Amino acid sequence: MSGISYKSGRVPHAKEHRVVFRNIDRVGWDSSIATYLGEGGYEQLKKALALPKQEIIDEVKKAGLRGRGGAGFPCGVKWGFIPPTNTKPVYLICNADESEPGTFKDRYILHQDPHQLIEGMAIACFAVGANLSYIYIREEFPEAAKIVEKAIAEAHEKGFLGKNIQGSGFDLEIYVHRGAGAYICGEETGLIESLEGKRPYPRIKPPYFPAAMGLYLCPTIVNNVETLCHVKHILEIGADAWAKTGTPNNTGTRILCVSGDVQKPGYYEVEVGKVTMGEVINDMCGGLKPGRELKAVIPGGSSAKVLRADEVFTVGRGDDARQLTIWDIPMDFDTLAACGSMAGSGGVIVIDDSRSISWVLNNINNFYAHESCGQCTPCREGSLWMKKITDRVVAGKASPSDIDTLYGVAKNIDGRTICAFGEACSWPTESFVEKFRDELVSDTRPELEGAIVNAETLTAAAGL
Amino acid sequence: MPLAVPPELEKEIDDRITHYPVSKRSAVLPVLHHLQHHFGYLSEEAVEWTAAKLELEPIKVLEVVTFYPGFRQEAPGKYHIRVCRTLSCAMAGSYELMDSLCEKTGIDRSGVTHHHPIAVSGDGNFSIEFAECLASCGFGPVCMVNDDFHEAVTNIDGLLSQYSK
Repeated sequence: MSGISYKSGRVPHAKEHRVVFRNIDRVGWDSSIATYLGEGGYEQLKKALALPKQEIIDEVKKAGLRGRGGAGFPCGVKWGFIPPTNTKPVYLICNADESEPGTFKDRYILHQDPHQLIEGMAIACFAVGANLSYIYIREEFPEAAKIVEKAIAEAHEKGFLGKNIQGSGFDLEIYVHRGAGAYICGEETGLIESLEGKRPYPRIKPPYFPAAMGLYLCPTIVNNVETLCHVKHILEIGADAWAKTGTPNNTGTRILCVSGDVQKPGYYEVEVGKVTMGEVINDMCGGLKPGRELKAVIPGGSSAKVLRADEVFTVGRGDDARQLTIWDIPMDFDTLAACGSMAGSGGVIVIDDSRSISWVLNNINNFYAHESCGQCTPCREGSLWMKKITDRVVAGKASPSDIDTLYGVAKNIDGRTICAFGEACSWPTESFVEKFRDELVSDTRPELEGAIVNAETLTAAAGL
Repeated sequence: MPLAVPPELEKEIDDRITHYPVSKRSAVLPVLHHLQHHFGYLSEEAVEWTAAKLELEPIKVLEVVTFYPGFRQEAPGKYHIRVCRTLSCAMAGSYELMDSLCEKTGIDRSGVTHHHPIAVSGDGNFSIEFAECLASCGFGPVCMVNDDFHEAVTNIDGLLSQYSK
């Protein structure tokens, strides 16, 4: 990265490895196509247009690129799910609905480096045979939508979009589609319903992948912003070189977004699995606030199961089994899964000992109760019940057995819904109760046990 | 009374509809965004206008308006503030930010409910609501005023003075 300088206060940490975020906060960089072309922009698209489509898909598979949106599913494999006998149009949608609490990376790509995304999308569209593509941008990013639309117009003008791109015979139109403030639109089939102009009710599975049946009942690929940007870099340096960054089965770089109780929250692009939680918190983020101790970390967006600061995690099997403290956990997909949580969307929320666990969980439960689409009863009712119970806990109006009820409600959502929102809303409660039961119970009042649960009795019993 | 959509706005909307060559229904969200941006909120007439424009039954538009938190059925203030309520911003003081903004703009949120999340100041200049995660979790507390985005908001007087006219 010689010759690149970054804005004061936004200089990447020495342990970062900037690929997708190479130009973010860079001095002299802007979102125009002239700037992008000045550094080899759209050269990879030109290269791709001369390659057999299958070769591009195979490169992405070989690179081992896993989706950066949450599930970590291999991108090339997803592309390969388009039925070989398909005769319908194929669509590609970029999921820029960035809305998992704790995640704030796509915003910067859309604002500062939109052409990187458009080039990645165009390559991906060519590979899967899509001639019409949408970028689904969350409504809360109005500025980003304008910037991306301007970038699309520029790319059109220079012949990187539209009819017969660079004389290749390949046609592609990309349009921006703005959401309207609903978290569930991040779920890919909910997103597709929304793009069809409907309520974003996630679709019943199977088919498990919209690659089989998606937008307008045609094969559709939905990829995250960061994932699509990586496609360009895989083409640029080749799958083998790209896969040398990161660790086996957890290849490449990814952007970690750190928020909460650290000295220097922010975004950090790292090689997957090459830095530990301790390095992220203590080195990159400047450590905890003075005099504070770590209490918990939510490692992959608010739906990821919480990790308690004093837990010991056993990862690996047989001779490879080893024990890790929270500080030793390498930030990759597989280890975080082995620790009982997930790398998710890369949103790391750090919680110190000044925080009430009941308050944190209640804040999360309020979010999911607000965002449940209401389609499946366990989730619609359960997310609201969980919120109501933790509302009571923080108000000092809960009894100890309420914590058991809370846990029971969560356990009855998980696995009983059409989409993964059921897990997303119940995992926080499940993990918080499993790991912080004593603290939650300590915020309840034994004298309320057995009280007839109606608002008046409860208020009277609580002396409120 | 039918909605009075200015010709230039209708032209923008017609152009936007061409982005959905397979199904006009896909344009429901963008059409509603254009109308809300112009009129401030989505009236019954706006729903009917959208339905007629896209050749849909009005219920197919209304069900979209009532689902998405980004669509409003009541008029907001001249400057509509959205304060992020979600975890990282709450840890950074977004509830305190909400209280201060209400105090300084003279907004009473006591009547706010799930279905009526917006409270408006007496003079109609400001309105406010809590929003869920605005995706700038590292730089909280975060809020939006109309389409402007503000992070690490500590100087509330400075923020509001930009919207005093």
